[in-house]
Amino acid sequence: MKLLKNMLGWVDERFPVIETWEYHLSKYYAPKNFNFWYFFGSLALLVLVIQIVSGIFLTMSYKPDALLAFASVEYIMRDVQSGWLIRYIHSTGASMFFVVVYLHMFRGMIYGSYRKPRELLWIIGVVIYLALMAEAFLGYLLPWGQMSFWGAQVIVNLFSSVPFVGNELSVLIRGDFVISDATLNRFFALHVIAVPLALAGLVFVHLVALHHVGSNNPDGIEIKKNKDANGIPLDGIPFFPYMVVKDIVAVVLFFIVFCAIVFFAPDMGGYFIEANNFVPANPMQTPAHIAPVWYFTPYYAILRAVPPMFGSQFPGVIAMGISAIAVVFLPWLDRGKVKSIRYRGPIYKAFLASFVISFIGLGYLGVMPVTPTYTLISQVLSVVYFAFFILMPWYTKIDKCKPEPDRVTFK
Amino acid sequence: MKLIKKLWLLVLLSMAPVMVSASTGVHLDKAPASLSDKASLQRGAQFFVANCLACHSAAYLRYNRLMDIGMSEEEIRKLLPEGSKLGSTMQAMMDSESAKMAFGAAPPDLSVIARSRGTDYLYTYLRSFYVDPTRPSGVNNVIFPLAAMPNILGPLQGDQELVVEKHEGGHEVQTLKLTTPGTMSTKEFDATVGDLVNFLDFMGEPAKLVRYTYGYIVIGFLFLLLLLTYALKKEFWKDVH
Amino acid sequence: MTDNVDRSKRRLLLAATSAAGGVAAAGMATPFVMSFMPSERAKAAGAPVEVDISAIEPGTMKVVEWQGKPVWVVRRTPEMLDLLAKHDGELTDPTGAIPQQPDYCNNVNRSIKPEIFVVVGICTHLGCSPSYRPELAPADLGANWGGGWFCPCHGSRFDMSARVYQGSPAPTNMIVPPHQYLSETVLLIGDDTKKGAA
Repeated sequence: MKLLKNMLGWVDERFPVIETWEYHLSKYYAPKNFNFWYFFGSLALLVLVIQIVSGIFLTMSYKPDALLAFASVEYIMRDVQSGWLIRYIHSTGASMFFVVVYLHMFRGMIYGSYRKPRELLWIIGVVIYLALMAEAFLGYLLPWGQMSFWGAQVIVNLFSSVPFVGNELSVLIRGDFVISDATLNRFFALHVIAVPLALAGLVFVHLVALHHVGSNNPDGIEIKKNKDANGIPLDGIPFFPYMVVKDIVAVVLFFIVFCAIVFFAPDMGGYFIEANNFVPANPMQTPAHIAPVWYFTPYYAILRAVPPMFGSQFPGVIAMGISAIAVVFLPWLDRGKVKSIRYRGPIYKAFLASFVISFIGLGYLGVMPVTPTYTLISQVLSVVYFAFFILMPWYTKIDKCKPEPDRVTFK
Repeated sequence: MKLIKKLWLLVLLSMAPVMVSASTGVHLDKAPASLSDKASLQRGAQFFVANCLACHSAAYLRYNRLMDIGMSEEEIRKLLPEGSKLGSTMQAMMDSESAKMAFGAAPPDLSVIARSRGTDYLYTYLRSFYVDPTRPSGVNNVIFPLAAMPNILGPLQGDQELVVEKHEGGHEVQTLKLTTPGTMSTKEFDATVGDLVNFLDFMGEPAKLVRYTYGYIVIGFLFLLLLLTYALKKEFWKDVH
Repeated sequence: MTDNVDRSKRRLLLAATSAAGGVAAAGMATPFVMSFMPSERAKAAGAPVEVDISAIEPGTMKVVEWQGKPVWVVRRTPEMLDLLAKHDGELTDPTGAIPQQPDYCNNVNRSIKPEIFVVVGICTHLGCSPSYRPELAPADLGANWGGGWFCPCHGSRFDMSARVYQGSPAPTNMIVPPHQYLSETVLLIGDDTKKGAA
């Protein structure tokens, strides 16, 4: 014990171990009124770790080669000891990442976590989300099945709609005139090194920013306004051990759901692993029905809802792009006097509900085949989606808010 | 308010797969397959090696994986073609080039066919051939029109004829009628195809045999862990007022 | 924070949760560690190998691959066999005291049939594959050389039973793999149980 203490002392003189521990854990004061919505940040970090670890192990048996990739995935599924489990952990993790991140983002929206002084924290979060979408898209090509191939084909071709340089741009991305071995190789490199590295860095910065400004809470009021004589927020409790023991419960709950999917429904009815992706990529034949993975479908539905203008698909691509990053503007669109939905008026709640409906509705329509009725509904929902953002400065300002309490609500 | 919204979201998400599968038009018969029926799997394996491997391969399945479905080394050895070892993968007897010449399309590898098509589709497809003299193979298929595959199970099943009934409003109902009986009764034939499809399901994902068992153990343990961690959280949070 | 906390209950819960958490962590690590074991493909490639020995001329050897390693099958001449018993004093382990061979090969010839010798062609020093030097007393190996193997990497010397000479860097004799005769002319390497060939 004494030896351990001496060693710690030795290290601490050279590296701020204790200071870091205190700053980020034992003396980081989190609001005590966190509810279940506040689990998803920790869980997102957990899924990142799951994905990195399982990904490293998959890389050991996967072959990024158009001739070998499909077979190497089946090699992992059959010949590598427990390979099937590692692969299902990774495929389930990909979808669960988005489940967790969507809920995490929604938490930020309902409790106004993007408002001052957390704007930068929010922006970093949106960048993480975009990097995550890139990571998922790049990884989806690797199994080299029909959905991998044609999904990548469609998405890369979106870039060819960019005026003037579109075709050159899409050829540049693919490194070929079609999705090919060259594309697979570069997507592999980006998926296993470039984007994960960026993600790890961004997550670190996200946490630094969070611990600098402090956590928001379901009441949307600053706990730093009420401090005791020692400068400790009255409504704050140390992250370690209180939030840690609480988050561990959430982690176990999360693993129950996660393992239920991994062991009992890894395909998730074709939503996590698509049936067509068990057919090797064939550049000569497009499957009858292709749709992106579920987490991209809301944006895909918006893309399809916008009709070509001036003979170009570009406006749809722009609409899709804006819809994906629209949340980044929230800090400047929201003029409400309060942050949390608890003290918001009915107009905001109505708009938020319509936004949720439009997002889920678009997500559903994104997997459906195109019919005139569906296109019309997609167009209506797209308008609703954008209205939530465009009209926000107006409706948040006129909304009747309830008075915020001085202290957080607890028990 | 927010709880209701969350529930609503969950309901919608859980309904999505149901709605999608309901939208595919063709009626598929339910495959009478169960991976826990080892005898059925073994019959399916025997049938598969004797019939399907003539033209198709199953290049990701090793013969020794048949031990997973309870076959002994001796039984597997009897299935091995000349020059193959226990650890060899299942290759087609016919090379894919000559198969392409014979059928116009290379017979696909069947390793993961049950995952891309589903067992119900395969069960229905294999029983839905009917006589069609306009086709080079002499047969056509209800759920996969213009299939290149000849009806190699025809001698067992017998010949079927397509009967199209026109209903009001142009609605057509297609049914198949047995015209010449085969060497098996319809019941026997359906059971044989059921065994085969069951085996194809195993072949698509050999891990399926064990993953449910692992799942129960893991999740059972996680519930124990949940109790402990929850008690721990309660205990620590006694400090928080 | 209050003082009337039941410390012992808290400690007990902490211990129980840590123990269960440790089990969970070990469980999670298991599939990842398992994935490092040889895959089914590697195992299939490492399956026992049948060798037809009828065509091996006396004094020559045949190299076959088993588990990705070279296995030598040598048909020794009577002269070679005669020499084997005559240099025990120069060997590190002339009697096979260190179990580098199955029991049924623990004899002076280190083989089932005296003339047919089966050995994994990997030097027990650092894993190079030694060269076959059956000739007697060549210039580079000295007048006492009675045939055997010479490792080019670090100069280990082995006799015609792959027993290591004293003074070689290799610590032990080379490994005789499990093997059996399926018939007079067919040898099965890698399996000595009475089950037959794959």
